[in-house]
Amino acid sequence: MTVRDALNSALDEEMSADPKVFLMGEEVGEYQGAYKISKGLLDKYGPERVLDTPITEAGFTGIGVGAAYHGLKPVIEFMTFNFSMQAIDHIINSAAKSNYMSAGQISVPIVFRGPNGAAAGVGAQHSHCYASWYASCPGLKVLSPYSSEDARGLLKAAIRDPDPVVFLENELLYGETFPVSAEVLDSSFCVPIGKAKIEREGKDVTITAFSKMVGYALKAAEILAKEGISAEVINLRSIRPLDRDTINASVRKTNRLVTVEEGFPQHGVGAEICASVVEESFGYLDAPVERIAGADVPMPYAANLERLAVPQVEDIVRAAKRACYRSVPMAAAA
Amino acid sequence: MAVCVRQSRKSIINHVKAKMGLLGLTCLSSSMPSLNNDHRTLSAASLAKDLRNQNSVLENKPILYRTRRFDSTKPHQRSGVQSNVANSQFLDFPGGKVAFTSEMRFISESPKERIPCYRVLDDDGQLIEGGINVGKEIAVKMYSDMATLQTMDTIFYDAQRQGRISFYLTTIGEEAINIASAAALTIDDFVVPQYREPGVLLWRGFTLEQFANQCFSNRGDDCRGRQMPIHYGSKKLNYLTVASTIASQLPHAVGVAYSLKMDGKDACAVTYFGDGGSSEGDFHAALNFAAVTEAPVLFICRNNGWAISTPTSDQFRSDGIVVRGEAYGVRSIRVDGNDTLALYSAVRTAREMAICEQRPILIEAMTYRVGHHSTSDDSTKYRPVDEIELWRSARDPITRFRKWIESNGWWSSEAESELRSNVRKQLLDAIQVAERTEKPPLVDMFTDVYDAVPSNLSEQEKWLRETIKIHPQDYPSDFPL
Repeated sequence: MTVRDALNSALDEEMSADPKVFLMGEEVGEYQGAYKISKGLLDKYGPERVLDTPITEAGFTGIGVGAAYHGLKPVIEFMTFNFSMQAIDHIINSAAKSNYMSAGQISVPIVFRGPNGAAAGVGAQHSHCYASWYASCPGLKVLSPYSSEDARGLLKAAIRDPDPVVFLENELLYGETFPVSAEVLDSSFCVPIGKAKIEREGKDVTITAFSKMVGYALKAAEILAKEGISAEVINLRSIRPLDRDTINASVRKTNRLVTVEEGFPQHGVGAEICASVVEESFGYLDAPVERIAGADVPMPYAANLERLAVPQVEDIVRAAKRACYRSVPMAAAA
Repeated sequence: MAVCVRQSRKSIINHVKAKMGLLGLTCLSSSMPSLNNDHRTLSAASLAKDLRNQNSVLENKPILYRTRRFDSTKPHQRSGVQSNVANSQFLDFPGGKVAFTSEMRFISESPKERIPCYRVLDDDGQLIEGGINVGKEIAVKMYSDMATLQTMDTIFYDAQRQGRISFYLTTIGEEAINIASAAALTIDDFVVPQYREPGVLLWRGFTLEQFANQCFSNRGDDCRGRQMPIHYGSKKLNYLTVASTIASQLPHAVGVAYSLKMDGKDACAVTYFGDGGSSEGDFHAALNFAAVTEAPVLFICRNNGWAISTPTSDQFRSDGIVVRGEAYGVRSIRVDGNDTLALYSAVRTAREMAICEQRPILIEAMTYRVGHHSTSDDSTKYRPVDEIELWRSARDPITRFRKWIESNGWWSSEAESELRSNVRKQLLDAIQVAERTEKPPLVDMFTDVYDAVPSNLSEQEKWLRETIKIHPQDYPSDFPL
């Protein structure tokens, strides 16, 4: 099943199960979704539940939040999360904080979803990763699926969750196919929020990743295996709440950690994971934590520059080797 | 699933038809301000093509589904006009037909005359004409609540000045907007406030003790100590908790209205904002969206002349806010915001229109912000004291309404002094009690961040309690745990 079909079927089933769920965003209806994620939903559920909006992220996000205040369950689609910047006040100040500020009187069961992070050749304003932006805010839950199983299970969980959820997809993953079990295809399937998944078990080094980078980490693990390094790949699935228990348990087993993300390094997801591991498992670390992140520059466009600005499989392999003392550390003092 | 959708559509249609039967005539009566007939005809024609159900198209039937996009480029009412006619006078651009003209005329940036202001009571509280008949009970309650609001504002403002609460902002001068609009609504109408509308809560039954508890942020506070003073809210009274962000409540109200529309409720969303708030992007998005989604929402603008120190001349160059309604396709009216009866009538009528026609309405209430913006402001620094005094005394909405109810024999100076002294005493007591009430317990720091308390916060609460036990000298001794 492709990730696109996984998301589409999850939306379909949740809209079918609960009449309060509705989809809103630019091009989600007649156009079948800018990335065709909402294909067929307008015909099936009608324009009341699949709303094509005017071009105003601030507007439709605010309206979605208001509808959620009053008991509907909106799914707000951003054409990309870059455009959510125009709506971030509503996401943070109107959605994330409302349950707290109102002492539980106003709950906001809303989902904000859309593609996040780098695509291919779309430049700086279409390639930003917002995982750490949203994950820093209490009151939000932030999820990022990798496989079709993740996409289905996490989106269903997000729609059912009473808290506001930011759901970070990836454009390049939409077309990828993953095997899915019968359990995943069942309409009640759900993946728990806040639990990471160990995609590949290993004993020498822990590699954490989310979204597209999970695929890269798995490829890196294959390469490392040939060189005798057994890497454990953790698919975070949930950026907030972060599954610190799984990560720390893994590091206590392997004693080495490489964090991988596409976004900018400063104050990123890897920084938080590193801090968590240092706080809770310092004695277990046999090497400094290696952080692989996107280059600290706005995303360039030229294909060669773009390739250099985004983590590649080779970067992950070399980082794992450094963590295992198989090659010289990058910041090696003389 | 499709069945559910059709049923809800049907119930909306039936419900609206029922409403139309009752109020349809009112909606269409000639006493209403004149409407642009072309727009309605256009909509009805495209609706006829579009609706799947077989019910005949009512003249003023609300459009339940937005016209499908394909129709926007189809010519409407072609009636024999062909494009090769020598002097064709209009063309079907996307969005509808537009007549041509050979005269190049720019529409003026300002109208010859400003939109007139609806009023029913004169400056001396005497009835001019018109307005909805208001009985004694409602009139007296409106007056008492306005007087209570004014007294509450004075006392809480002083409490802040005495250092007993950290912050306050008053509604002085705008009591009529608060109370009259609240009186014209029902409890089912969902209120999405800015922050200068505590009178709506007061009308609905929020007690003086509840106001005090929120300002003192004590254990009795409905907000559990989470918010600054004046950030009231009540789920029970259908009043959304006040947020500090300006105009963010406007699209929220449209969302609420959309939810009410989907439920087919006999209720609308009502939102308030000031002249300053109308500059925010959210204002534009909300009005535009409300018109497009045909959401039953009332946008009530308190044009009080000032946004902190920014006068309206620096805020916008349009004829106030009311003219913007037409720009978005929203029906609008300008009302004397210090005329209790005019406000009551306008809001009541607007509410019926919003619900029975499923459309947004914009009401601009002209008034004056007599008080400072808040306790953090001293408005004498940027506006003349005699201007403030004029509006405080000669143009006071409460005095004006009092004259009217007294002339009806519904009020007297005895009733006045009794009310004022009772309310004052109740407030002073409420403050004293609220001040002495314990602060919220420690657990309230960690609850409600999410629906269920996450494990990391439970952990942190545990650590905090242990730390307080080990180092009590580092924490105030009157901390309730």
